[in-house]
Amino acid sequence: MARQHVTTTINGDEADFLCEPDQTLLSVLREELQMTGTKEGCGTGDCGACSVTIDGRLVCSCLVLGVEAEGKSVETIEGMAHGEALHPLQTKFLEHAALQCGICTPGFLVAARALLEKNPDPSETEVRFWLAGNLCRCTGYQKIVEAVLDAAEEMRKA
Amino acid sequence: MNYEAPNTLDAASALLADAQGEARVLAGGTDLLIQMRNGDVDPGLVVDVKNIDEMRSITTESGRFRVGAAVSGIEIMDHAAFNAAWPGVVDGVSLIGSIQVRGRASMGGNLCNASPAADSVPALIAAGALASISGPNGRRDVPVEEIAIAPGKTSLAKGEIVASFLFPERPKRSGGCYLRFIPRTEMDIAVVGAGVDLTLDENGTCTHAKVSLGAVAARALVVEDGAAALIGSKVDEPALEKLAAAASGAARPIDDKRGTKDFRIHVSGVLARRAALTAVERARQN
Repeated sequence: MARQHVTTTINGDEADFLCEPDQTLLSVLREELQMTGTKEGCGTGDCGACSVTIDGRLVCSCLVLGVEAEGKSVETIEGMAHGEALHPLQTKFLEHAALQCGICTPGFLVAARALLEKNPDPSETEVRFWLAGNLCRCTGYQKIVEAVLDAAEEMRKA
Repeated sequence: MNYEAPNTLDAASALLADAQGEARVLAGGTDLLIQMRNGDVDPGLVVDVKNIDEMRSITTESGRFRVGAAVSGIEIMDHAAFNAAWPGVVDGVSLIGSIQVRGRASMGGNLCNASPAADSVPALIAAGALASISGPNGRRDVPVEEIAIAPGKTSLAKGEIVASFLFPERPKRSGGCYLRFIPRTEMDIAVVGAGVDLTLDENGTCTHAKVSLGAVAARALVVEDGAAALIGSKVDEPALEKLAAAASGAARPIDDKRGTKDFRIHVSGVLARRAALTAVERARQN
């Protein structure tokens, strides 16, 4: 089958691309659209590095075909900061040093944003369960969890 | 590979039935895309069923729930009325993968992937759910336990699709529960899973029960002796002991790195008993 033409919305902007029918959304984002903020870790839905939202649902983009994005609204890490203004989660990840190599960070940020949109006041346990699908191999989870809780508190005050 | 996303079950069945090479149904893709990536399957055709209304909706028909086979886990977990009626099924769904995986993974995919350790399957079996199948020769409804026949294999004919799950009417004082054992707290595959569903009468006597075990045989098991132990009892200690013995007796697991055979047999009884206790508690509040 020829490459397929897909029309979608990415971070609020209309986008269209050509992709192979068996190409994952992750591969489309990185290789066709040069949006390399979304990372590939495992490629099997275990690590969460490729997390994006589609129509508001948090998913692993390695487990979605590019053609499935037709008519959908995709949000990636590139849509998180507004110009130079970082999202509070991004600021808190920096403040708490909640990253070392950074490969897992975009996935954690996208997943944490999805959590705070659903639950602005999560408990530590809720944060840990929500982020169970995101793996970090450098720094451990304590600082990440603290950064998310701190960002949630700040966002509630805003 | 060709990708098709038809709007009707008939069109989807026709595409699958007419396919020359390997053809696969795509619901959430959380198993299929991994199998494709690993080279375990190399389909010439993938039929995405998520544009088919019946497969994506949760409806009620004269008091019975019908849940589309491609409805995602998160959508099921967010459906308040379904949660109230079938908490055991929601237990199973909410244990599948991570939030990301449940954003896509469906009960239909969980069933048709035919893993013996699928978490929603023992819960669906205990609930008495029917798999409502659409195919080139029309519709048929079969109990969920008849779909998976061996790891990775189903009883579906070429062109057949599990379109939805039809649940029985839910009498008052009914409750269900699914529990699994894993060595961690999240993101793991069941070492043992146990689903129990039951109904009590006004005096607290069990009038209906169904028990199912996962991950302890080539496919999910129905434990008829376990249900028989509960029916007619007040789900008291002697009945629970009989249930546990029946569950351990029915388990015929393998040894592997995640659990020994003896351990899995023991845990089958423990989990069936605990699931029954939670099911009773829920039934009393329902």
